[in-house]
Amino acid sequence: MEKLKFERPVISRINAGIPDKFGMKTHIIPVTQIDGIPVKDILDRYGSPVYVISEKTVRSVYQEALHAFTTRYPKIQFAWSYKTNYLNAVCRIYHQEGSWAEVVSGFEYDKAIENGVPGNKIIFNGPDKSAEDLKKAIENGSLIHIDHSDELYDCIKIAKAEGKKAKVAIRVNMDTGIYPQWDRFGFNYENGEAWNAINKIMPEENLELTGLHTHIGTYIMTPSAYAVATSKLALLAVRIEKKYSHHIRYIDLGGGFASKNTLKGAYLPGTDTCPSFDDYAEAITNALNNSDIEYEHMPALFLETGRALIDDAGCILGTVLANKRLANGRRSLIIDIGVNLLFTSFWYEHNIAPAQFHQDDYEDTTIYGPLCMNIDVIRAAIMFPSLNKGDHVVISRTGAYNMTQWLQFITYRPRVVLINMKGEAEMIREQETNQTMNMLDVVPGHLKNKDE
Amino acid sequence: MRLKQNIVITETGFVFDSDTGDSYSTNPVGMELLEKLRAQMEMEEITAYMTGKYDVEPLQFQRYFDDFVIMLRHFNLMEEPE
Ligand SMILES: Cc1ncc(COP(=O)(O)O)c(C=O)c1O
Repeated sequence: MEKLKFERPVISRINAGIPDKFGMKTHIIPVTQIDGIPVKDILDRYGSPVYVISEKTVRSVYQEALHAFTTRYPKIQFAWSYKTNYLNAVCRIYHQEGSWAEVVSGFEYDKAIENGVPGNKIIFNGPDKSAEDLKKAIENGSLIHIDHSDELYDCIKIAKAEGKKAKVAIRVNMDTGIYPQWDRFGFNYENGEAWNAINKIMPEENLELTGLHTHIGTYIMTPSAYAVATSKLALLAVRIEKKYSHHIRYIDLGGGFASKNTLKGAYLPGTDTCPSFDDYAEAITNALNNSDIEYEHMPALFLETGRALIDDAGCILGTVLANKRLANGRRSLIIDIGVNLLFTSFWYEHNIAPAQFHQDDYEDTTIYGPLCMNIDVIRAAIMFPSLNKGDHVVISRTGAYNMTQWLQFITYRPRVVLINMKGEAEMIREQETNQTMNMLDVVPGHLKNKDE
Repeated sequence: MRLKQNIVITETGFVFDSDTGDSYSTNPVGMELLEKLRAQMEMEEITAYMTGKYDVEPLQFQRYFDDFVIMLRHFNLMEEPE
């Protein structure tokens, strides 16, 4: 006699009248493939866990963002925020799409140059630019966004010594009505610091004020904050026109658009609450078009969008290591993806889905990483079906910050694979090895073994 | 290993504990296991019966069974061993 299909036994308490917070039955659709390639094949070939980036998604989201802005304002320039994801292959996709580079360190600056970005298409942000970095940036005609007055004096000194005219902008911080107000970077608008800085720059022969920059924060859910920021920068531009008859070439609104990830503690999922590129574009371009900047001298609009461009294009594939009941009866799952590989799990409730079809036995589950550390929690509470050891999972929307803020801890950082436009998988970063790790260690002579 | 005697199991998988007033829901395989546990069948017997009837490896079945029993204990549906 043929055996019957087995279903895992389950039992759960009935809590009358308490549906989940959306009043819906939980249902997680398995993610069995990425851009047409079965998840299992990728894991078999490249090991587990592995990061995957979809080139198709990178390009299509970029085009969507670009379209939202170019249909509303004639001069738009994106600059890829290197810190969001500086894998060379990823940066080059953005550069191919026409994006410049936005960097915040000498390391990122050199990376951009090596990725073929001309010096005059590199925006150099951040509070940490060494004298050597500044010299290089001035020589290459890069756009130096000055963060504080010590840097302003460094720029004046170095540009003079080099006999060059440095292209500079100032970063401005301001009240846009959102909390928290980021005031640690740049010069403050409301207290007049920004205007003071401009008055120092303008008379300097070796400096050319090319633009005005702000980055009001990250994961900003209110497009109107950008309208406020744009208006304030436009007011500065108008004051500069009036006093110096000088026209700045661009206004740079930085990054900060929200991605569709769900913030911890948010009541509704990010997919429902995240403003669209059109919403942000409408707010920013309206403010620009309605400003008093002289019509013939309208500045270009620069954007340094990071997470909203790449989050959707990245995911992490992993494997179930074990199932476990906690002392209080709660189901838990241990997977081979730890918080060291998923830095963003500290602020997002990441989407996680099984990579194969599963039983409909959802239970409130805690998902742990493999790190042997109490903080290694990928999801503290998620309605999740039961999976078996060896089953695969996919954590989606992980393209931003995880491949730069990852921590080397306990084991090697895994490979990164790109699914190219033809739907083929290509490795774009190799796994670390024992050799990679040991290469940087130096053992003093008295600690060496005899045979070393 | 035995299910508490006051537990009521209906044909639709509704499980009621008359001591506490708590109710639970289970699936068909769960219902079958509850009946076996009520009849005081032992793990080996249950495994042999279930793997004979269903398409499941003994080791895999035992994993699921262990997990199921942990939940029954957690819900106080099992008689405590003397
Ligand atoms: C100056 C600057 N520009 C752009 C970005 C990218 O921000 P986001 O990923 O929020 O778009 C950052 C991120 O911190 C930044 O500091």
